[in-house]
Amino acid sequence: MPADVTTALKEKFPQVTERASADHPAVDVPLVDLIAVLSYLRDGQGFDLLMDLTAIDWAEGAAPRFSVVYHLYSTAKPGTYVRVVAPCAGTEAEPTAPSAVEIWPAANWHERECFDMFGIKFQGHPDLRRILMWDGYPYHPLRKEFPLAGIETDLPVADIAEETGTKVIAAPMAGGPFVASPGEINLTEAEPRAKDESWSDRVARPDQTALRQMKE
Amino acid sequence: MVTPTTELGYNSKVEGGVIVSRADAAINWIRTNSMWPMPMGLACCAIELMAVGGARFDIARFGAEVMRFSPRQSDCMIVAGTVTYKMAPQVRRIYDQMAAPKWVIAMGACASSGGMYRSYATLQGVDRIVPVDVYVSGCPPRPEALLDALMKLQDKVRREPASKRLLSA
Repeated sequence: MPADVTTALKEKFPQVTERASADHPAVDVPLVDLIAVLSYLRDGQGFDLLMDLTAIDWAEGAAPRFSVVYHLYSTAKPGTYVRVVAPCAGTEAEPTAPSAVEIWPAANWHERECFDMFGIKFQGHPDLRRILMWDGYPYHPLRKEFPLAGIETDLPVADIAEETGTKVIAAPMAGGPFVASPGEINLTEAEPRAKDESWSDRVARPDQTALRQMKE
Repeated sequence: MVTPTTELGYNSKVEGGVIVSRADAAINWIRTNSMWPMPMGLACCAIELMAVGGARFDIARFGAEVMRFSPRQSDCMIVAGTVTYKMAPQVRRIYDQMAAPKWVIAMGACASSGGMYRSYATLQGVDRIVPVDVYVSGCPPRPEALLDALMKLQDKVRREPASKRLLSA
């Protein structure tokens, strides 16, 4: 009974508000009450499975800039599903949220991914390291200000970077699969390729000269 | 007799029990027919690479069936799949650990150019970190395409001076 979850939550926590949702119930929770609400949902409402933990970047300058989202499922009452959203505290550069590892151990890696992609510091997390990008990567790629192509930086391992002379570069986006050219959709032409021709089969990449000489 | 156009010649009347050839031809013949791959399987292309090793496509016909998971014992690194920037140093490290002579096949669109992954996380072509000898198109390539690449690599090895590869980086 989805409506019951929201009603029960509102009775116990008056500061909880309902959130527009197309299917399952969803609630907005102030950050200070987040852990109490999540604990209650697990112990009082039987939401024993943390299905997903993610975040939303509401755009630069928005208040709040980031929200954390918890997707909860109850294995005791199959089909019962609820989402909890809480705005992050902290600054835009370093948003914070409390860690849910104590409630669901599954939150551990989810929070690491969330930290990796959005830079949200989960306070109380036992081991808040990056999980997808390498340690020492300077950016958080799913933030709105980060371009899909990436930003030039160094390879993760210094001696390999020196040996190969290669850097992490911004990927060429022109003509790529994520770049739509309005009005001229021709499937043959839309094949992934760099339309700027800086990396075509006719023009060598500038950083290839060293490797080619090494091979000769 | 050996002429400039024949690699191997044998005339029993002239030579008796002796076969004369060029050292390059003999060494390259040995190299081409036992090219042990280092299967650098990183994504879905690795599944096609496994099919190449199976009975239906049977890379053993070309002497390359001994997939070595140790770089010390392999001759040809087959980079099969998407190389992320996080993985790239390890790919280069394994290449460095292979004993010369060594070759590299970039299998599939991702290994050759980054493929559809024009993104912050993906190396835009494995040739940015290791010298590639043969590129295979396809996403993923058919097993036949990899066999064709292997034959092309064998052709390339046959034509090059045997000593060229001994000190390759």
